[in-house]
Amino acid sequence: MMLLQSVQEAATQGSATGTAMDWLWLVPMLPLLGFVLNGAISLLSATTLGPADPSAAGHGHRDDGHTAHGHDHEHPEPHKLAWLTSIIGSGVLIASFGVAVAVFMAYRSSGAADTAPIVQTYFTWMLTGDLSINASLMIDQLSLVMVLVVTGVGALIHVFSVGYMREDPGYPRYFAYLNLFVFFMLVLVLGANYPVLFVGWEGVGLCSYLLIGFWFSDKANADAGKKAFIVNRIGDFGFLIAMFLLFANLGSLDFTVLRTAAAGLEPGGVLVTAICLFLFLGCTGKSAQIPLYVWLPDAMAGPTPVSALIHAATMVTAGVYLIARSSFLFSIAPFASLTVVVVGALTAIFAATIGLKQWDIKKVLAYSTISQLGYMFVGVGVGAYAAGVFHLVTHAFFKALLFLGSGSVIYAMHRAYHATHSHEDAQDMRNMGGLRTQMPWTFALMWVATLAIAGVPAFSGFFSKDEILTSVFVRARGSTLADATWFGVPGNVVLYACYALGLAAALLTAIYMTRMMLYTFHGPSRTGEKERPHLAEAPWVMTGPLVVLGVLSAIGGWLNLPAFVPVQPTTSLEHWLEPVVGKSALRVTHGAPQEISHSLEYALVGAAVLIAAIGIWIAFNRLKPETLVPKAQAKPEEGFQRVLEHKYFVDEAYDKVIVRPTFVTSRNLLWRGIDVGLIDGLMVNGSAWTARALGWLGSTLQSGQVGTYAWVLVLGVLAVLGAVTLR
Amino acid sequence: MQGELSIFYTFHFYLFGLIAVVSALLFVTRKSPVAAALWLVNTMFCLAAMYVLLDAQFIGVIQVLVYAGAIMVVFLFVIMLLNLGHPSELADARGLGWKLAAGFVGLALLAEVFALTRARIPLPFLELKPGALAAQIATEGAIAPIAKPLFTEYLLAFELTSVLLLAAIVGAVVLGRRRQDAG
Amino acid sequence: MLAESLFFSAVLFVIGVVGVLTRRNAIIIFMCVELMLNAVNLSFVAFAQVYGVAGQVFVFFVMTVAAAEAAVGLAIIIALFRHRHTVNLEQINLLKG
Repeated sequence: MMLLQSVQEAATQGSATGTAMDWLWLVPMLPLLGFVLNGAISLLSATTLGPADPSAAGHGHRDDGHTAHGHDHEHPEPHKLAWLTSIIGSGVLIASFGVAVAVFMAYRSSGAADTAPIVQTYFTWMLTGDLSINASLMIDQLSLVMVLVVTGVGALIHVFSVGYMREDPGYPRYFAYLNLFVFFMLVLVLGANYPVLFVGWEGVGLCSYLLIGFWFSDKANADAGKKAFIVNRIGDFGFLIAMFLLFANLGSLDFTVLRTAAAGLEPGGVLVTAICLFLFLGCTGKSAQIPLYVWLPDAMAGPTPVSALIHAATMVTAGVYLIARSSFLFSIAPFASLTVVVVGALTAIFAATIGLKQWDIKKVLAYSTISQLGYMFVGVGVGAYAAGVFHLVTHAFFKALLFLGSGSVIYAMHRAYHATHSHEDAQDMRNMGGLRTQMPWTFALMWVATLAIAGVPAFSGFFSKDEILTSVFVRARGSTLADATWFGVPGNVVLYACYALGLAAALLTAIYMTRMMLYTFHGPSRTGEKERPHLAEAPWVMTGPLVVLGVLSAIGGWLNLPAFVPVQPTTSLEHWLEPVVGKSALRVTHGAPQEISHSLEYALVGAAVLIAAIGIWIAFNRLKPETLVPKAQAKPEEGFQRVLEHKYFVDEAYDKVIVRPTFVTSRNLLWRGIDVGLIDGLMVNGSAWTARALGWLGSTLQSGQVGTYAWVLVLGVLAVLGAVTLR
Repeated sequence: MQGELSIFYTFHFYLFGLIAVVSALLFVTRKSPVAAALWLVNTMFCLAAMYVLLDAQFIGVIQVLVYAGAIMVVFLFVIMLLNLGHPSELADARGLGWKLAAGFVGLALLAEVFALTRARIPLPFLELKPGALAAQIATEGAIAPIAKPLFTEYLLAFELTSVLLLAAIVGAVVLGRRRQDAG
Repeated sequence: MLAESLFFSAVLFVIGVVGVLTRRNAIIIFMCVELMLNAVNLSFVAFAQVYGVAGQVFVFFVMTVAAAEAAVGLAIIIALFRHRHTVNLEQINLLKG
C-alpha cells in the first residue's frame, strides 16, 4: 500500500486532489498489469509446454465457421495455468471497474463536476520547439461515461470469456490481448489531448488485429486481421492530417486549450470543415462506416467475446466518442456535420439491407452493429451529442448481450458437433432452430436484447433511438445545419431525408433481428438427430453476465428518459454531459434548446413505435422458419437476394478497383521499376559500374611507359599555363 | 656591344637564331641518332654565337667547351657504344596522329608562352642601365664579372655543385659496371 | 635583344617538347631535354644583359648540372640496354599497372 501511494504521488506530481480521483491511473494500469502477467504466463508456458497448435483448430471454438476442418487428432489440452489466467484476467477488469466507480463518485461529489475537467498529467511526452504534448488523462463527464461502459461491460465480457475460451490452448494469450485492449481503450477515452487519444486509437486497432487473428493458423483468420488493420490505417491517416491541421493553425492539441481556441476559427470555414472531415475519415475507419466498414464483417473470424467487446461495445464506438469530444469543432462546421449525418444514415440503411439476407448469426450481428453505429453518427452529426452517446451506451448493453448470447448458442452447437464429430457450420442459422427448448435463459435474454434494438417501448434502445430520430426531425425544422447546404441540396431537405432513412432502417432492423430470433430459436430444429441431445444451456459463468446485460438492456432507458415522460428523473445523461457538449449542441440549434409541441413529440414517438411493431409483425408473418433447410442442403440464392447475401459485392468491387491496381502498380512500377531498376540497377550497381569504369580509365594512365607520362606531364603544364594565362 | 654596330649585331643575331631553330627542327626529325646528335651540336654552336652577341662571352666559350665539346661527345660515345646506327633500330618516331597531336600541343604551349610575355615584368627598378654589362666587361674583362659573384655570393652553391659532380661520377661508374657474378 | 631572345628561347623549348613527345628512342629523348635546357640558358643570358650578371652565373650552374645529369642518365641507359637490349621506350614497360 505504501508502495502504491508513493508511486501514485510520483505519478500525479503535485496535481493531486486528495480524493479517489488520484487513483485514476489505476484504471488503465490494472488491465495493463493483467496483460503483462497473462503475457508472461503465455510466453513461459510456450517454452515449457512445447510447441502447440496456437489455434484450437480442429476442436474448440472456431468462430469463423467457413472452413470445415477434418482433424481427428488429439484433443488439445486446456492450458495448465488457465485457472491463474482466469483470476488475473477478469480480476483486473473488475478491480478497474471498481476504481472507475470510485472516481466517478468522487468526481460527482466534488464541486468541479459542474465546471471543469480534472486533468492528471503524468509526464511530458514530447517537447520540441512549439510542440508540447503531455501524457495526461482527463476526468470529465464524457470520459467517465465511456470509462464506466468500457470497464463495466468489459468486466462482464471477461467473465463470459472465462467460460467460453476455457478449453483453448491459447487461453493466457487471449486474456493478455483482451486486457491490453482494455488498457488502450481506456487510454483512448481518458486521454486529455489528441495524441494520447491517438495512442489509444492505434492501440485498439493493434489489439483488434491480434484478437481477430487469434486462431491465426487458419489463413482466413489472419487475413481478416490484416484487413481490419489496413482498412483502419486509411482512416488513421485522416485522423493524423486533422491533428496536423489543428496544431498548425491553433498551436495546441489539448482538449481544454482547443475548446477556447476554437472560438477563433471561422464558423463554416474551409479550415474547420477540413479538420472535421479528416477526423470523420478516421471515424469511418474505426467505427465501420461507409466506405471503410468492410473489415467488420470479416472481423467475426475472431472469438465471439472479442466481437462482443471490440466490435460492438467499445472499439467501434471510439469514432462516436471522438466526434462527441470534438463537438466544439463539429458544431461550427455545418457541412462536415451534414456529411456525418448523411454517411451515418446511408450506412444505417445499407447495412440493414445486407443484414436481411445473412445466414451466419455473427454476420447478422455485425451488420447490425454497422447499422446502429450509423444511427450514432446521425445523432452526433446533427448536434445531438448526448443522444449519440446515449445510444452508444444502450447499444453497448444490448449488442454485447446479443453477441454473448450468440456465443452461448455457438458454444452449444460446437459441443454438439464435437460430440458427434460432425463438420457442419456451427454458426449458420440454417443449422439451428428451435433452440428455445434447449436454451431457455439465452432465448429469453436475447429476446430482451432484440426488443431493445428494435426500439420497442420501455426497453433501453427505444429511448435512445427515439431520441436520435426526434433530434434529426427537430433540427430539420431549424438549426445551423438546416440553414446550410450539402452539395447544393438545402440542409433541411437533407435532414428530413435522413430522418426518413432512419425510420426505414429501424423497420429493417426490427425485421432482420426478429428473423434472426425466429431462425435460431423458434421453429423446428434443423440441427440433426444425433446432435440434438447434446444441445444444452451454457454454464452459469457465461449465462450470468448475460443476465446482468439483460437487466441493463431493459432498464437502461432510465439513463436519459425523454422530457415528456411524466416520470422523474428525465434527461439525466443529457444534463450530466452538458458541461462537455452542451454549448456545442446549443450552437447548432441557434443558441436556444429546441422546443417542439407535445403533440408533435408524441406523433414522432408513435411513428417509431409503429415502425418497430410493423417490422416485427412482417418478420413473424412472412419469414417461415419451417421453410428452411440445413446449410448443407440449401440452394444458392438468386437475383437481388443473392446480391444482398454477397453484401452488394462491395468487397469484390474494392478488390477490382483499388486492391488490384495498387498491387499491380506496386509490383510493376514500384518494385520492378524503381526498386530493382532504378535503385538497385542504376544507383547501386550503377555506381559500382561507374567506379569500375573510372578505375579502368585511370589504369590506362599507368601504362608503365615513360612516353605516356611525358604526355601527361606536358598536358598538365599546358593546363596550368592556360589557367595562368586566362586569369 | 650594341651601339654604332647595331645593325651588324641585329642581323647576325637573327641569322644565328634562325640557324639554331632550323637545326633544332632538323635534329628532332632525324631518324638516325648520330645525325640527330650532330644537328644538336650545330644548334649549340649557334647558341654560343648568340651568347657572345649578348655580352656573355665567357658563357659562350663554356657552351662550346662543355656542352658541345663534352656532353654531346658523351652522347655520341654512347650511341656508338650501343651500336644504334643500324637501320633496324631507326624507325622510332610515333605515328602520324601522335605527331599531329604533339605539334598541336607544341603550338598551344608556344601561344601560351607568348601570352605570358605580354605580362609586365614588375620590377623595372632592378634593370641596369643599358650597356652597363658591356661596360663592365670592357673594364674588367669577360671572366671577372662572373667570377666575382660566383666565389662570393654563390660560393655555397659552387661548393654544392662539386658535391653534385662527385655524386654523378660515382653514380655513373656504379651504373655502368657490368654485373658481378655471384657477388 | 631581350624580346627576340625570349622568342627564340620559346621556339627552341617547344621544339624540344615536341621531340620528347614524338620520339621513342631514349637517347634522342634525352637530347631533346638537353635542347630544352639550352633554350632556358638562352633566356637566362638574355635576362642577364638587362638585370645583371647573376643570370650568367645561373647559366654556369645549369651547365654543370646538365653535365652531371647527362653522365648519370647515359649510364642508366647503358644499364637498361644491357638488360633489355633495346632503347625503345615503348618496350620498357615492366611497371605497367
